[in-house]
Amino acid sequence: MTEKLVVIGAGMASGRVIEHLVERDPDAFDITLFNAEPRGNYNRIMLSPVLSGEKTFEEIVTHSDDWYAKHGVTCRFGEHVIRINPEIKVVVGQNGHVPYDKLIIATGSAPFIIPVPGRALPGVITYRDLDDTNAMVEAAAKGGKAVVIGGGLLGLEAAAGLAERGMDVTVVHLMGHLMERQLDEAAGYLLRKDLEKRGITVLTQASTKAIVGDKHAEAVLLESGEALPADLVVMAVGIRPETRLAADAGLTVARGIEVDAQMQTSDPSIYAVGECVEFDGHLFGLVAPLYDQANVLARALLGEPDAFVVKDNATKLKVTGCDLFSAGDFADGETREDIVFRDPSRGIYKRLVIEDDRLIGAVMYGDTADGNWFFDLIKSGTEIEEMRETLIFGPAYQGGVSTDPLSAVAALPPEAEICGCNGVCKRTIVDAINGGASNLGAVRASTKASASCGTCSGLVEQLLQVTLGHAFELPKAQPICGCCDLTHEDIRRLIKSQELKSQEAVWQELGWKTRNGCHVCRPAVNFYLLADWPLEYQDDPQSRFVNERKHANIQKDGTFSVVPRMWGGITNPTELRAIADAADKYKVPTVKVTGGQRIDLLGVKGEDLPAIWADLNNAGLVSGHAYSKGLRTVKTCVGTDHCRFGTQDSTGLGIKLEQVLWGSWTPHKVKLAVSGCPRNCAEATCKDVGIVCVDSGYQVGVAGAAGMDVKETERLGDVATEQDAIDLTVAFIQLYRENAKYLDRPYKWVAKVGLDWVKERVVDDLVERARLIEAFELSQSIYRKDPWAERAKEREAFQPLADLTLEAAE
Amino acid sequence: MSWVDIGVVQDIPLRGARKLKTALGCVAVFRTGEDEVYAAMDMCPHKGGPLSEGIVHGHHVTCPLHNWVFDLNTGAAIDEDASIRTFSVRVEAGRILIDGSKLAGRSAA
Repeated sequence: MTEKLVVIGAGMASGRVIEHLVERDPDAFDITLFNAEPRGNYNRIMLSPVLSGEKTFEEIVTHSDDWYAKHGVTCRFGEHVIRINPEIKVVVGQNGHVPYDKLIIATGSAPFIIPVPGRALPGVITYRDLDDTNAMVEAAAKGGKAVVIGGGLLGLEAAAGLAERGMDVTVVHLMGHLMERQLDEAAGYLLRKDLEKRGITVLTQASTKAIVGDKHAEAVLLESGEALPADLVVMAVGIRPETRLAADAGLTVARGIEVDAQMQTSDPSIYAVGECVEFDGHLFGLVAPLYDQANVLARALLGEPDAFVVKDNATKLKVTGCDLFSAGDFADGETREDIVFRDPSRGIYKRLVIEDDRLIGAVMYGDTADGNWFFDLIKSGTEIEEMRETLIFGPAYQGGVSTDPLSAVAALPPEAEICGCNGVCKRTIVDAINGGASNLGAVRASTKASASCGTCSGLVEQLLQVTLGHAFELPKAQPICGCCDLTHEDIRRLIKSQELKSQEAVWQELGWKTRNGCHVCRPAVNFYLLADWPLEYQDDPQSRFVNERKHANIQKDGTFSVVPRMWGGITNPTELRAIADAADKYKVPTVKVTGGQRIDLLGVKGEDLPAIWADLNNAGLVSGHAYSKGLRTVKTCVGTDHCRFGTQDSTGLGIKLEQVLWGSWTPHKVKLAVSGCPRNCAEATCKDVGIVCVDSGYQVGVAGAAGMDVKETERLGDVATEQDAIDLTVAFIQLYRENAKYLDRPYKWVAKVGLDWVKERVVDDLVERARLIEAFELSQSIYRKDPWAERAKEREAFQPLADLTLEAAE
Repeated sequence: MSWVDIGVVQDIPLRGARKLKTALGCVAVFRTGEDEVYAAMDMCPHKGGPLSEGIVHGHHVTCPLHNWVFDLNTGAAIDEDASIRTFSVRVEAGRILIDGSKLAGRSAA
């Protein structure tokens, strides 16, 4: 049997109810639809584009007259309902009464009018429906000044639309920042900046005292005494549920019309839906819960009971072209922690609020792409500890590491392990800091954190900074250079973990402040990239110092020195003749024997380099890399071949090492030596790697120095075979390549990470040793070749671009 | 002005430089990462370093000898009271043209 259903109000919620009903059971109800507005249902959310002129009203109509006719809905549009008479189940309209079996009240909400003098003057309008919109369009056509009271979503949409239509717009907002219910202060600030860019004036903490004018609004008077001239005043301070009909009918009304989970009011025949209802203390303004209500109500009417539940809702909005998103609870609280990301240049702001290891709120401005992912995390209550450091970068970065170390560290839970080597967690370190350890050395001494490999030194310093605040001063020279605030260590870590494989990726992802770095950072980044991604990244000569680009050492007069390689310091008459011939041919002013057991040709002109290389190549000589941050030489003594004290073939081992290692790039130069006995004629005990042969085998020492500092090597290990000595050396150099800061010689690096840390990986852990050797070989498949032979073919590049002196002479 | 064609832009490495011999001495012709071309005397006022061998970054070049940095737009040194002489350069259809009237060597004569 068909029942009579009367619906009061043709809005988005009731429209959805009617859709469900006619779809599921077209014959169940005979529907009469009242609407005070002289039109049917349209998409109210889209009124803003109508105001700004981007859309016409026709484009936002959801139910046309034809639609209502087709589904047999009796429309009484433009007719106000005067009262409901529940005793006899009748709705009384202006044009007559209609009996009902079931009634739906969907009266929506009414704009809140602040009770100030002048509120009723012509020229003061609200922003709620199409008539309001049309009134604004009409007013804007005359131009002039508009004052919008209210800096919430509606007010800002009105302001933007009016500005778009050429009015001079001022927004007056009572609170400290715009859209305070959806945005925090920082996002509100960005929104304000964007609006101001569009020419809209924004006044916050501004309270309206009166609207003044004779026959028409002329100005808005603020409590501060300031008067804002206004041809149009838009009041958009908020909405309240429209409950008058329901209250008059004796239904239970609190702030809204009270309904149960089936949307039933206190009268079993009367239902309510949309912005006019109150359920479980909640009011509703967003469209998603309204649609949920509509669905539940339609099912209830059709006898398929369902229950409406209040869900946490995300707000994803576009206010005047600015993307913003908020979800969950983002108020501050003692038990809550924040993760914040800002990119001022792109106008991006993101803030996550965390409580008990769960994401409970998120605010985003400018880039809201990951909004739904965060919203899912909020809804599901997922534990986020594992991804905490990279959480704010969204799903794309899970598994990577944060680029904003300070806030990531601040957000770490107390039990998070900071120092993996010594198993020290955040709480222990923070306790030590609170107990008086006020610098890295003191924390190291009292907790052992960062006392081993040292890679967590940055984290410990950040903890000092987070815990002590301004009382802690970071040691100087922390950032790589002025182009980027990250340290060398952070950059190396991020290149690996985020798999950054090009300079552009590094500049972009790590927030470089310059277009392509500078002479300080670019050579470092170039090295880090080629060391970590030997196959993917191509060495960039333009990011190298002149010596490495030219494969020769620049001298103070702009000429170059040329040093061919002499493997293990061994040469022969053919090579010596070739060197002598080249010295003659290119008029080399100085020929010198170097400390690395080879011959230096000093004073070669830049344009002669390819030719002299070609000549030397013809005699079998290759580059000695005397100019590179890479393997320089392996100095040897004559060993068992000739020396009466020699214990092993030190020369032979030196040659083998040089042949394995040559061509490799390292953080700084690397010099080796092999002595045939403890008399140590090759001075191996002050080299980066120095091997001393003994009767029982080979003593491999590392981290010596004989430059600005003088330091004896430390024993990496004693091994029995030549191959083991080579393996230890290669593994050590690869570990250095993978971890050291650019321009740290091995002794400096070992001082930071500790010899024990190096030994663990190179000597004790055979799997890691094999991995290091394999990684080195992979890199050498690219770099173990003679750069002279390659560049000798490019003679043109070494010549002047043009010679204008000849033209001048003509 | 008399514009002299000195070659194509691609003759200079990206973020690099080449020397140009002139009656005034060597001039360095730079190509930035954005493919803009600049020219300046190839001699650092500090110790005479060849700027054409320096690292080009943004609109700057760093002298290879002691890391003095110069703005290629103005020739001014950064944080030093010094500058290098710059020359007008145009790029037309991929070819580099330099103002030859300033390079004729009158000032050197």
